[in-house]
Amino acid sequence: MEPFVTLHSTGVVLPLENVDTDQIIPARFLKTTDRLGLGTNLFADWRYDAAGAAKPEFVLNRPEAKTAQLLVAGKNFGCGSSREHAPWALLGYGFRAVVSSEFADIFRNNALGNGLLPIALPEPAVDRISALIAREPAARFTIDLVAQSFALPGGERFDFHVDPFARHCMLEGVDQLGYLANKEPEIAAFERTRAGVS
Amino acid sequence: MMQTTPRTLFAKLWDDHLIQPESESTPAVLYVDLHLVHEVTSPQAFSVLRERGLRVRRTDRTLATMDHSTPTTPRGLDGRIPVVDVQARAQLAQLEQNCADYGVPLFTLGSEHQGIVHVIGPELGFTQPGMTIVCGDSHTSTHGAFGALAFGIGTSEVAHVLATQCLLQRRALTMEVRMDGVLAPGVTAKDLILRLISEIGVGGATGHILEYTGSAIRALSMEERMTVCNMSIEAGARAGMIAPDETTFEYLAGRPHAPTGADWDVALARWRTFTADEGASHDRTVVLDANSIKPMITYGTNPGMGIAVDAPVPTPSQLSDASERRALEKALAYMALEPGEILLGKPVDVVFLGSCTNSRISDLRLAAAAMRGKRVASTVRMLVVPGSQEVKRQAEGEGLDEIFRAAGAEWREAGCSMCIAMNGDELAPGQYAVSTSNRNFEGRQGKGGRTFLASPLTAAATAIAGRIADARTIVGGR
Repeated sequence: MEPFVTLHSTGVVLPLENVDTDQIIPARFLKTTDRLGLGTNLFADWRYDAAGAAKPEFVLNRPEAKTAQLLVAGKNFGCGSSREHAPWALLGYGFRAVVSSEFADIFRNNALGNGLLPIALPEPAVDRISALIAREPAARFTIDLVAQSFALPGGERFDFHVDPFARHCMLEGVDQLGYLANKEPEIAAFERTRAGVS
Repeated sequence: MMQTTPRTLFAKLWDDHLIQPESESTPAVLYVDLHLVHEVTSPQAFSVLRERGLRVRRTDRTLATMDHSTPTTPRGLDGRIPVVDVQARAQLAQLEQNCADYGVPLFTLGSEHQGIVHVIGPELGFTQPGMTIVCGDSHTSTHGAFGALAFGIGTSEVAHVLATQCLLQRRALTMEVRMDGVLAPGVTAKDLILRLISEIGVGGATGHILEYTGSAIRALSMEERMTVCNMSIEAGARAGMIAPDETTFEYLAGRPHAPTGADWDVALARWRTFTADEGASHDRTVVLDANSIKPMITYGTNPGMGIAVDAPVPTPSQLSDASERRALEKALAYMALEPGEILLGKPVDVVFLGSCTNSRISDLRLAAAAMRGKRVASTVRMLVVPGSQEVKRQAEGEGLDEIFRAAGAEWREAGCSMCIAMNGDELAPGQYAVSTSNRNFEGRQGKGGRTFLASPLTAAATAIAGRIADARTIVGGR
């Protein structure tokens, strides 16, 4: 996992609530056994027409979206299916952070575990950021995971909170499996106390 | 004796599986009793084990099946189910390889116990009260019907559980969903859960575990309870749970992997402790009057967009919240529906009876009873997809397949089928379907396909009429 410390990027806005993981990456692309290569089909059914051509009106097909590493979306982002292919697809496209007023539980976990930062901000803050991007698509935002702050170009800041353990793992670029694997003695002891319990 | 705080069912299961409590800086380490695995969300997890030279820690607590990318097309002359999709074939082969390499028991395509992961766990008696159960699938909440703490996880977490039999978790909040009253004839468990989601919304239970209580819940069979718990995730909940009772124990007795003899008595005594204590408090409570529930149907593109089958489709201009208005407009545009439209009588192209929500024997019996001696409308394609090979055999033993076939429906092999549309079963763009599955997201049942979620009874009534029908008209409830 690539460490995440700070991000300085433009943003794109998907002004929709309840964006489900079936939209982020449709199920027909889940027949892969790899975690790479999913970025091309991120939001496939909103992004491409029936012939496979990019729909110009979709936000990710606008020129300014090509280099944006920050996605701003409506509430309850990532609801539905538990597919980790969703954060893999977002990362594959080039996003490193998503802002929303609320994230679905499984998506948030999956994102954090892969170095995609879910930034939960109050709705008015999300609205302010969205409005700014609409006005100035070239506006660059600064995300600081150490300080847990999201800064607008003018210096205005919003604080956000990330689970301390997930934050530690993201800052260091380590995944959570190593930590769990070190718990082996405790796990074995626990199992001994539960002998005979199905 | 020390006074203890009354605990919720969730709290009891949480405490019972806690290896290390959470602190501000670290999540809890939670032990997993049963890990269910399928072909779509596991290959990358096995890759992690390979990269790091790890083993599967408890193969005896791990169980794999094939369901998502598996075709449900009838068997060939050789008795095998043909897999024509190259990618799906590779994915299924990868699961076989992984299970062979790591010693994980696997039910391969078409084998005796193969089926949808959330159908086979309960029917084989693997799923038991008091367990923690996880799977790389959001509908793992189904198993909560047994008073288990069961939830979906991502693929990285699948690797965690394979390697350590544990998960890192933050404790969730709880929400009591109390449903008292009696469901009217023609109204099913599916209508009950669709009604709940329509009231609290698809993000209404985010961060919470649902504990279903009340007389309407107690009156449900195990399979109906599974339907309810299955869709807890559609309200944003991590899990849904129902405390076990005699209905639960009766269902489990004699199942292949349920305890027997003296072990059964020990287990039963333990299972009886898995109820919320008197006076246990929840973070939130929602109350629903079961008497007031009508057959439900969704009109939009998330499971919260549901109405009574005879109610008008909502009108965007009547919504004050701009974001909600936009979402409704987008949904109606996708569904090609008019504000205020009545869905009753609307022609549909496909009826899908299946999925981990409604593909169990009681679902098939319900639909078959309504379809006996009748014909599926000539304009409708109906797929009946049993949830497992066991359900299929049982249905065939009872002659249900003959009723469906005689009606002109397709009788398929077991799998997720048209619920996820990654296995060859899918809607064509623009088609309308009444589906007993759990998600009506854009494209969920095939790119451009339009889904109305409903109960097996509504599905059967609709198949016969060729148009969206009121299930109450076929059960004499009205």
